Amino acid sequence: MSTHEYDSSHEEQIGHSEAGVEQKHLGEKSADWVDGRLGIYNLAKANLRKIFPDHWSFMLGEICLYSFIIIILTGVYLTLFFQPSMGEVVYHGSYVPLQGIKMSEAYKSAIDISFDVRGGLLIRQIHHWAAIVFVAAMLVHMMRVFFTGAFRKPREINWLFGFLLLFLGMFDGFMGYSLPDDLLSGTGIRFMEGAILSMPLVGTYLQMFLYGGQFPGNDIIPRFFTIHVLLIPGIMLGLLVAHLILVFYHKHTQFAGPGRTEKNVVGMPLMPVYMAKAGGFFFLVFGVIAFVSAIASVNPIWAYGPYRPDQVSTDAQPDWYMGFSEGLIRIMPGWEIRAWGHTLELGVFIPLMVFGLMFIVIAIYPFLEGWITGDKREHHILDRPRNAPVRTGLGVAWITEYIILLVGGGNDLFATHLHLSIDAITWACRILFFVGPVAAFMITKRWCMGLQRRDKDKILHGRETGTIKRLPHGEFIEVHAQLPQEELFRLTAHEQQAPTELPPAVDENGVKRKVSRAAKLRAKLSDGYFGPQSQIAKPTVEEHAELTSGHGHH
Amino acid sequence: MTSQDNMSEEHLPEAAHGHGGGPVVTKDGHFADPGLPAHEPRRTDIDEKAARRAERQVAMWFLLSMLATVAFIASYVIFKPGPTHHVYVWPIGNVAPLNFALGTTLGVSLFAIGAGAVHWARTLMSDEEHIAERHPIEATPAVREQVFADFRQGAKESGFGRRKLIRNTMIGAMAMVPLSAVVLFRDLGPLPEQKLDTTGWKAGMLLKNINTGEPIKASDVQVGSLTFAMPQDLSEDDEDFQVRIAKDALMLVRLQPGDIKDKKSATWGYQGVLAFSKICTHVGCPISLYEQQTHHVLCPCHQSTFDLSDGARVIFGPAGHALPQLQIGVDNTGNLQALGDFTVPVGPGFWERSE
Repeated sequence: MSTHEYDSSHEEQIGHSEAGVEQKHLGEKSADWVDGRLGIYNLAKANLRKIFPDHWSFMLGEICLYSFIIIILTGVYLTLFFQPSMGEVVYHGSYVPLQGIKMSEAYKSAIDISFDVRGGLLIRQIHHWAAIVFVAAMLVHMMRVFFTGAFRKPREINWLFGFLLLFLGMFDGFMGYSLPDDLLSGTGIRFMEGAILSMPLVGTYLQMFLYGGQFPGNDIIPRFFTIHVLLIPGIMLGLLVAHLILVFYHKHTQFAGPGRTEKNVVGMPLMPVYMAKAGGFFFLVFGVIAFVSAIASVNPIWAYGPYRPDQVSTDAQPDWYMGFSEGLIRIMPGWEIRAWGHTLELGVFIPLMVFGLMFIVIAIYPFLEGWITGDKREHHILDRPRNAPVRTGLGVAWITEYIILLVGGGNDLFATHLHLSIDAITWACRILFFVGPVAAFMITKRWCMGLQRRDKDKILHGRETGTIKRLPHGEFIEVHAQLPQEELFRLTAHEQQAPTELPPAVDENGVKRKVSRAAKLRAKLSDGYFGPQSQIAKPTVEEHAELTSGHGHH
Repeated sequence: MTSQDNMSEEHLPEAAHGHGGGPVVTKDGHFADPGLPAHEPRRTDIDEKAARRAERQVAMWFLLSMLATVAFIASYVIFKPGPTHHVYVWPIGNVAPLNFALGTTLGVSLFAIGAGAVHWARTLMSDEEHIAERHPIEATPAVREQVFADFRQGAKESGFGRRKLIRNTMIGAMAMVPLSAVVLFRDLGPLPEQKLDTTGWKAGMLLKNINTGEPIKASDVQVGSLTFAMPQDLSEDDEDFQVRIAKDALMLVRLQPGDIKDKKSATWGYQGVLAFSKICTHVGCPISLYEQQTHHVLCPCHQSTFDLSDGARVIFGPAGHALPQLQIGVDNTGNLQALGDFTVPVGPGFWERSE
């Protein structure tokens, strides 16, 4: 017995050492095999120890990526059980309140996923929560990129990819929560019908083609299903890969600081630090979303009942990311033009146009700013938002508009919770729609200027030490300490552009120069961005030397 | 004695000019870049005991994940699915045990892997910063020239510019071929034609109570109540029920004849019983909130408000026009019946809609 044991362990030892040698060779050998066919070594050489800078805000894009992966994983699982059909069935399942009720197969299968598939409800909830997080993370990630000027050359195209991802992500979310064919989602699909019908000339045709006939028909759920699980995710996957390839290719942006220049990137290597940190972060995001899905119910479709066009629940609300379009439609007055046998439904069509406009301004902004600044250089050092007051102001104005519309979209909830009249809230939103962004822009711009002044003050007079000194004649002063060299550099590392100047009205030969209207507009905008009313001249070395040369000199 | 207590005049920050080391360095009229600061080692870099402790912590996270996965599988086996099982969990409230157990265990098993990996990276992997050079994205002029030369050569060899016949016919063919794809989409749906202009209501058709399925007597409709009706020939079992109810749904109210401000509206009703389309003219939500005193109805989706005593005109909200009214009367047994179809299209407005 003991001999046998000894023998087997002996064999095992030999086996181990052999396998160890083998394994080492095997790893290298298989890598060589792959390299011989795909040329991975050159790729790995450039990327295995690729440097990424560290900042908390750079994680926002990772949240988008990871929630997208979570959505794909859980979405594939859901397709195994979901029946995208509007065929009518009578429910006899385990949820008693719905028994004997007619419903579509789509709704029935969504109820079955929730109650009869073990873990089905969890996966449904993870899918929905991840979608909510996905759109939110994209929006916040986009704000990070916007407010730090990371969209500037060479990253304008990547901004467009990101913009398309946001736009498609929102619509895929809308289609996703429409699929269960419950009373709430059906209301959303009805809303979409009205919006399409409002389009002049083509509206009725588009509606008939999309729904396969009159509302609701039998086609919209299966069609949405194909678009939701195949068409849009396919496009998004392509955009996402392109987005990431460009992030690698351009190398990540970084904030100004000691040792950081436009020509380098300072940080830690992909392997091992970011593989562990970013890879680990995927599990953190997934874990948190799974946990939220365990304790917080989202879209309890069994409580809404199946969709019927003549029924509605009183607090019909879209998912949060569609809330601003809901606000647009709610605060718009019911304008309608009826003439020559036609109806132009402006009350719906104008919100539809403004909805598009709010997205288009996002897409074109980098090109607009590039045109105004005339800057053709690459930018890899990020702006601090305060150092670009007009851009920051515009961004905050957009967010303000978005929030006002979100409030408008929930005007009934605000009315019931705050005990206000719904008319009052709607009117407040109508006025704020125009006033709010302007006020937000002005306040933000001034705020940025104030912060610039504070930076200037800190550079010239140092930081407050909290030490109070009594001078020989009795005066008390607070001692200020000069900032360390790193801070002096960091706070003055940004460049301040001078406004574009138009050439003199008369050229050197005394001939009146022709200045195009575009050039004049550009000069005006440039002055708005970089004129004295929009930036505080940063302190110069001379000013600093002047102020600090003599002690007690104030 | 702390350092603050024995701080003498010379140690005050102002006196120690250039706090942080030496005078201010400038370069080309700017505050100079002091360069990357020296790496400061972490405790785990220099203390092997601390490093071993960190290693154990990381391993604890991974172990926790394994335990949570076991708990997940156990939960899957133990707890029953279904809507009837609920337990109270403080402070969340009533939860379905299966969903709660699966979600929390899955959450922990995933989170713990992430926490372990991040803790490992932060404590044990090198946190020394490296510098990588960036290279301009634009090509050098030589490369650029080469590319243009290659392109010109290729274009010349193709004869694309010279043989205009080929070029033009090719552009024509490429422009036309997608038309086939466009044509293929024609059968996605029917043409609108007059489909949106009419509903299922016809002269002589009885009004049926949506809840009871019975015909409605004029005397059944009381002042202050809101009754929902559909055409008598429509049944929930019909193939096209959803499409028809989306247009045919009616709401009935009875007003004191003196309260009806709109004369035509009064004559289209029967003894103060008025029938309006239930489908909002804004974007088609079913209207369901009725204010008895004012005879206002409110659409719960976007708060369009209509005054039923005044021809259902819009008094607030985003709707563009009044709710269509159905002309009604009674048959010889006193049941309400339609006297025809709506005279204007119901539901949301559209381009071809005429009034």
